Amino acid sequence: MPEPGGNRVARRRRSGALRIAGDLAIAAVVVIVMGVARGVYSNELLLFNFIMFFTLAQGLNVVYGFTGYLPFGYVGFYGAGAYGFALAVMHLHAGPALAMLCAVAAAILLGIILIPLLRLSGAYFAIASLAAAQATYEVVANPTLEDVTKGPYGVSLTQVFAPAASYYTGLAILAGTLLLVVFLRNGRFGLSLQAIREDSVSAEMAGISVVRGRIIASLASAVIAGLVGGAFAWHISVFYPDTAFDLGVSIFAVVFTLFGGITTLSGPLLGVLILYGIYNWIGITLPQYFQLIYGALIMVLVLFLPNGLTSLLTSRGIRVP
Amino acid sequence: MLVSAIISGVFFGLFFTLVGLGLNLVFGVMRIVNLAHGDFLMLGAYAAVFLFALLGLHPLTSAAIMLAAGMVIGIPIYYLIVPRLARARDVEMLSLILFFGMSQMIEAIASIMFGNNERSLPARLLGVGPVQILSARMPRAWVYSAAVSAVCVVLVYLYLYRTRFGTITRAVMVSRDEALATGIDVDFVSAVAFGLGLALAGIAGVFAPFMLGSVTPNIGGTVIIAAFAVIVVGTLGNPLGTVIGGLIYGISLMLMQTYLSSWANLLPNLLLILVLLIRPEGLLGHRVRRA
Repeated sequence: MPEPGGNRVARRRRSGALRIAGDLAIAAVVVIVMGVARGVYSNELLLFNFIMFFTLAQGLNVVYGFTGYLPFGYVGFYGAGAYGFALAVMHLHAGPALAMLCAVAAAILLGIILIPLLRLSGAYFAIASLAAAQATYEVVANPTLEDVTKGPYGVSLTQVFAPAASYYTGLAILAGTLLLVVFLRNGRFGLSLQAIREDSVSAEMAGISVVRGRIIASLASAVIAGLVGGAFAWHISVFYPDTAFDLGVSIFAVVFTLFGGITTLSGPLLGVLILYGIYNWIGITLPQYFQLIYGALIMVLVLFLPNGLTSLLTSRGIRVP
Repeated sequence: MLVSAIISGVFFGLFFTLVGLGLNLVFGVMRIVNLAHGDFLMLGAYAAVFLFALLGLHPLTSAAIMLAAGMVIGIPIYYLIVPRLARARDVEMLSLILFFGMSQMIEAIASIMFGNNERSLPARLLGVGPVQILSARMPRAWVYSAAVSAVCVVLVYLYLYRTRFGTITRAVMVSRDEALATGIDVDFVSAVAFGLGLALAGIAGVFAPFMLGSVTPNIGGTVIIAAFAVIVVGTLGNPLGTVIGGLIYGISLMLMQTYLSSWANLLPNLLLILVLLIRPEGLLGHRVRRA
């Protein structure tokens, strides 16, 4: 029996509100747990790394999950953020707040320079983005720029060192990123991005601005990585270009996101929790064995579970937040 | 100085033609970027080092062995992975990620087995003393690797354009679906091309200790960027374009090292990005892909 139209609209609106509430609840739990954990658990660096990868995985989710562009060189924005922060502290003698702004500015600048890469598709974008991250690294780590960036010898920012403040800044960035993903999953803009990902021609014909959508999504993910890079620089306060532009950061973010399942809120979080958890639980004494396990994991994932953990549920028609 | 930079660039570039040749063949036939290409090259280099250390084999003999080894390893890998992969939704992206995983595994296994020390082959193996060509002086090994590269390019050309199997391979390059409809065993053709690609990577690897100074298990990453730059500058899917790509890469690298040496590492990355943006179809190409 057909039910009255008004009732159906009301129900749909209610289920939409319920979904948003569910997504927000997950985000709140993650942020609160990470906030409380600092007081309970003594290994602050480990917790901070978890926050970093939660955020980076979601940042990658924003660009790969919603637009289909896979930036292998995602670490480039992270490194740009870290060095934006470091340069502001070293040369402008800036406080942490101004330095974080410079971190964002550096990431946005790199993001704007790399906008033309969005003309490429699929594998070409992924490899060009990798090359761009390498190129940024080569510039920053170049010994001829020692006066500016300290070249390959690394930077020391002990004058702004503040473990608690930088930890909670990282947490705030995570909270903002999770809110962004919730917005994208439930709002018009995220929907239009997914339409572009699936079929850009049809999306364009439906009146969606394809270019604008892609640029906004890729800049948003660049800003997220830049913020994380800035928080990393602040929290660690002594680092080298090899650590700030470590390709491993990209690899981790990609694997965590894929493992959990793209376009979801919980997927990348689960990916970080499980994989980075195992990584730290076993210990990092023999990096080659981890590289081996991660390589094998990537191959197995692509062959047997190409849509991630959450697809085990979504393929059965169960909605995953 | 300019002339000698250009001449040594030609020889150095021919080595990079050899590095890119296999990658390009695999891309042309399978439309898949083998991100593990650089790591197979690294395995070839280690094979050459060990074949010399244990059996005293000359690098040229090792290169011939690589041809067989590439086929023996490549064809099973193809059948294990690619037919399964082809059923997925976004094959291009997933294959990239898959081969990235393979590259990580190879790198890890190599550093577990061989350690992270630099390995090299004694330079005297390929003749003593530098070679003088006009004003350019270069190691004798460069001439050898350039010659081997030229031979490989000619062989690949003859294979593609003068044999029946090569004609079939080119049919698969043009259109996989139509080739399949014509009754061509597309999987077998692709498997052989994949094996040949690995063999060419292995042959290039034999000369890598001479051309790059030494090898470590993690040279794959830098090699793949250079190789990709070379084949993109040439034209994706066109093995002869790789020659031009390699020459441009080699000459510009030598010019950079002569005049702007501290920024030379930037070159492959910038070249790759610029060509992708300005002329994505490569120097010789008409459009073979959407970009």
